[in-house]
Amino acid sequence: MTGTLSSQGHSFLTPGGVEIVFVLVGLAVLGAALLTVTTRQLVHAALWLVVALGGLAIEYLLLTAEFIAWVQVLIYLGSVVVLVLFGLMLTKAPIGASPDADSGNRWVALGVAVVAAATLVTLVVDAFRCTWIDLTAGGGSTRADGTMLFRYWVLPFEALSVLLLAALVGAVVISRRHREER
Amino acid sequence: MITALEALLRCVVILVVFLVLPLVIGQTEHKVMAHMQGRLGPMYAGGFHGWAQLVADGVKFAQKEDIVPADADRRIFQLAPAVALLPYLLVLVAIPVGPGGFVGQDLDAGLFFVLAVMGIGVLGSLMAGWASANKFSLLGGIRTAAQLLAYELPMLLAAASVAMAAGTVSLTGIMGAFHWWWVPWQIVGGFVFFTAGLAELQRPPFDMPVADSEIIFGAYTEYTGLRFALFLLSEYAGILVLCALTSVLFLGGWHGPLAGDLGWLWTLLKTFALAFVVIWLRVTYPRLREDQLMRFAWTVLIPLALAQLALTGIVKVVIS
Repeated sequence: MTGTLSSQGHSFLTPGGVEIVFVLVGLAVLGAALLTVTTRQLVHAALWLVVALGGLAIEYLLLTAEFIAWVQVLIYLGSVVVLVLFGLMLTKAPIGASPDADSGNRWVALGVAVVAAATLVTLVVDAFRCTWIDLTAGGGSTRADGTMLFRYWVLPFEALSVLLLAALVGAVVISRRHREER
Repeated sequence: MITALEALLRCVVILVVFLVLPLVIGQTEHKVMAHMQGRLGPMYAGGFHGWAQLVADGVKFAQKEDIVPADADRRIFQLAPAVALLPYLLVLVAIPVGPGGFVGQDLDAGLFFVLAVMGIGVLGSLMAGWASANKFSLLGGIRTAAQLLAYELPMLLAAASVAMAAGTVSLTGIMGAFHWWWVPWQIVGGFVFFTAGLAELQRPPFDMPVADSEIIFGAYTEYTGLRFALFLLSEYAGILVLCALTSVLFLGGWHGPLAGDLGWLWTLLKTFALAFVVIWLRVTYPRLREDQLMRFAWTVLIPLALAQLALTGIVKVVIS
């Protein structure tokens, strides 16, 4: 990020308007995410996922990462959730609770989720500690992101695109073989 | 204080545009369709050539009972029309109408914003289709999703071609970089964008998600009264947004003679010319079948969009 790093002259106990909104939206995202995994109705879970992912886009906006925010909306809300809903409608998504979709592994899943969350939170808190990043408008603009991505991170970018291409070819191969077997 | 007032004024203007222009397009559709089919269309409401027909329709819809089926998922059923309609209102904020800041809000990633937010509108149809507890609605919802997944890609690729040509994803930036020879250069991309947009709006000939003669208006089967009217309004707002976007991206938006003073008029003219084409297509072509629609997307539109992208890249390298 292009903001300057310093821990001087800022108190974490006197938040400004943006920080308060950030925390409130974060709580809303957390609530929606919890509802996503606890609701007993499959399609409701997908729709709560919409709320959680949309809230994340708002968080990106509050951090001035405008480009990332719209990409989040485009990819996750516009495509991934539509794909999930499409899959649910094609299989079995009754109105009302679907008890047969309950998993016996839920306590294990909860444990894994808590451990993963604890690891990530510890990592982020330890990495940044009391660092204060001054956000300037345009710090996450398309130009800044593009410069960063294609000047410093070209190799990972290309590696990822090759990986995605491999996945695409793999998907085509798998779906073709199934047809011949029938 | 001045900026707050200005922002409020901009919001009010956009809201008025959002409420008026889709009705104008709807009324145009009534009259143009009628004349193309050798009829007169509405003639009585309001006196002069039935100009107030849609106002009367609105009053009629508002008076009808708002019914929610007993087995439906109440809250999602009631929320769906808003999810379908609001994205188009948001999109209008970012579309530049004229030169010199004649835009609701100039966004840095405006192109991404409009495409992203337009994609959300489809969630409304999906929610309606699932929550109605009706098999025709569910079929409509599934068709909507399948259609969206097929047509989102060519639309994005065509828009990316314009962004490459302009070297920016800001809509006002694209307008600033426009030259007249972009029109022939990007014409294939324009065709792909417009066609894919029609499919995303589920307009004929791509209207099998709402095919009234086979699945009884698809996801909207169970809707009555005002909520049904909101879905219809979202369809016409979608036409407005698609035509405005196509004219901004591919037809030069406010560019034209006397663009400095009459730029907004050019945008409006191009938008309505495209809206006329949308209506024309509805009268002209029969509905495509589901498999024809998918084949058209994957074997015609996506290769065309990729070819346009390659052409844009080559020309861009040659002239720079």
